[in-house]
Amino acid sequence: MEKFTTLTSIATPLDRANVDTDAIIPKQFLKSIKRSGFGPNLFDEWRYEDHGEVGMDNAKRPLNKDFVLNKPEYQGAQILLARENFGCGSSREHAPWALEDYGFKAIIAPSFADIFYNNCFKNGILPIVQSNEVMDELFAFKGELTIDLDAQSIRANNKDYSFDVDAERKRRLMNGLDDIGLTLQYADDIKAFEKQYFNTYPWL
Amino acid sequence: MAQTLYDKLMSAHVVREEATTSLIYIDRQLIHEVTSPQAFEGLEMAGRKPWRLAASIAVPDHNVPTTERSSGVAGIEDPISKLQIETLDKNCDTFGINEIQMNDIRQGIVHVVGPEQGATLPGMSIVCGDSHTSTHGALGALAFGIGTSEVEHVLATGCLWQAKSKNMKIEVNGDLHDYVSAKDIALYVIGQIGTAGGTGFAIEFAGTTIQNLSIEGRMTLCNMAIEAGARVGMVAVDDKTLEYVKGRPMAPTGDNWDKAVAYWNTLHSDEDAEFDQVITINAQDIKPQVTWGTSPEMVIAVNGVTPDPDQESDSVKAESIKNALSYINLTANTPINTVAIDKVFIGSCTNSRIEDMRVAANVLKGKKIANNIKLALAVPGSGLIKAQAEKEGLDKIFTDAGFEWREAGCSMCLAMNADKLEPGERCASTSNRNFEGRQGQGSFTHLVSPAIAAASAVAGHFSEVK
Repeated sequence: MEKFTTLTSIATPLDRANVDTDAIIPKQFLKSIKRSGFGPNLFDEWRYEDHGEVGMDNAKRPLNKDFVLNKPEYQGAQILLARENFGCGSSREHAPWALEDYGFKAIIAPSFADIFYNNCFKNGILPIVQSNEVMDELFAFKGELTIDLDAQSIRANNKDYSFDVDAERKRRLMNGLDDIGLTLQYADDIKAFEKQYFNTYPWL
Repeated sequence: MAQTLYDKLMSAHVVREEATTSLIYIDRQLIHEVTSPQAFEGLEMAGRKPWRLAASIAVPDHNVPTTERSSGVAGIEDPISKLQIETLDKNCDTFGINEIQMNDIRQGIVHVVGPEQGATLPGMSIVCGDSHTSTHGALGALAFGIGTSEVEHVLATGCLWQAKSKNMKIEVNGDLHDYVSAKDIALYVIGQIGTAGGTGFAIEFAGTTIQNLSIEGRMTLCNMAIEAGARVGMVAVDDKTLEYVKGRPMAPTGDNWDKAVAYWNTLHSDEDAEFDQVITINAQDIKPQVTWGTSPEMVIAVNGVTPDPDQESDSVKAESIKNALSYINLTANTPINTVAIDKVFIGSCTNSRIEDMRVAANVLKGKKIANNIKLALAVPGSGLIKAQAEKEGLDKIFTDAGFEWREAGCSMCLAMNADKLEPGERCASTSNRNFEGRQGQGSFTHLVSPAIAAASAVAGHFSEVK
């Protein structure tokens, strides 16, 4: 996993509440058995005029010019601004895979759905919670934002906004650490747990 | 100290505690074809093996065709669906994981198969790469959906890092009106607290109404906890739970059964346990529900009218109502029972169990679906449910009424297989999500109970049971 330390970028403002993971990556793209390549189909139904299917040449598809991702001023943005309950619905990790593959490294919203929030950290994406008031300010601001994970701050429009992040998640994200490798350091603890556990609950 | 059911289930599984998160032991991992291939690939690339093979059980469900499938996986027309199911078969074979394959009679939707096989037991910690894993909490288990990275983590370590959720109790008391079911309770609750109302919480459903629900009804309710934002939904263990579990293929027997029961009988919140939030609902207030919009919280009674964005003071909400009405092609203040439908879907991990099939068949008996219904599907949740329904003659009632009687799978709930809506088609669906495009691009989904789906199929528009 890629390390996340600081990020300076313009932000794409997606001004909708309750954006679900079906909208982030529609089901027909879930048939892939790979982890990569979902970026061109991020927000597929909002982004293109036609119906997207696996195997299409996305570069040739008609774009919905009104959709924010297609506006010239937001090309190359690595930060996504969103509204309440972003990432609700299905647990599909294809949603953060698609966001990451497209180029988003941070998402700022007033709230996130639990499973999606978890999935972001597994893929090097930093989800940041800010109040509705701050979100309104960020949506109104058009310039570059700088996110400093170590300092837990967002700098925008000559103002600093602080954010909370779990210390352990921060450490893993800043160092790009592999969760499984870390957990397997505790293999002896797990084995010891199993011994007493299966004694207590012999039917399992 | 007094504990909630959730507290008890969590603390029984803690391997290691850190400041804000704990490493918890996972008893059961359910696996399906959509969210597992990348996890197996990760294991393979790192040269890792599953930590404990007995923890896992796999079944293909999202992509399987529900039409005749005697030619097996090789006969699946969609090459990409076929590849995903073949990949699951191959991965289970390579890693030695117990799999119920597509043409096994026990095959079905993972959240139906788990409890049916006794792979889901009270007190277990259960995960699956599917948000509707909350279903299994109906048996007093700690069950929640995870992403694919976590699927790989559980496969490799037998454990998962979890931060503790807050405790919410939703207490429903009193008798339900006729033809008001667990599905209507679920939709009503989501309408009250919103799709983010349960975010960060584990929800325990309690009260006399919940006690009076069957285990299958409790599964329907816990299934939709995630639609209220809560990863975990639970109901305390009682005699109905024990009766349901007893004799299942993977349930304990003999001495172990007695030991298990002694433990399972402790799986309820202590009387003076404290919840971070308590919501109380009177069952008499709940009418049959229909969603009108593109989020499960956009729900009204079947005799209600669609909302008017001009009457909404919160501008974000007004915008959501406007967007949803526009997408779903309805105007404000429309009585929902005047809205005609094109298709009907009875199935999904929410409502495909034998009781759901019985309720729908009871409404359909001796009746025909309306002329404007292009397709009505009844898709049982497992091969065993299908066989049971056929034994009871329910399949005949469905087909006589004009329904198609299909093989088990997720089907039109998320339309990953061939069962889908065309653009502009409107469906009365017993599934769990009415998001834009969920059942097919540009299609309109309205969530209802099996009874309302059946009554609406007969009427040709949303309708109460008459």
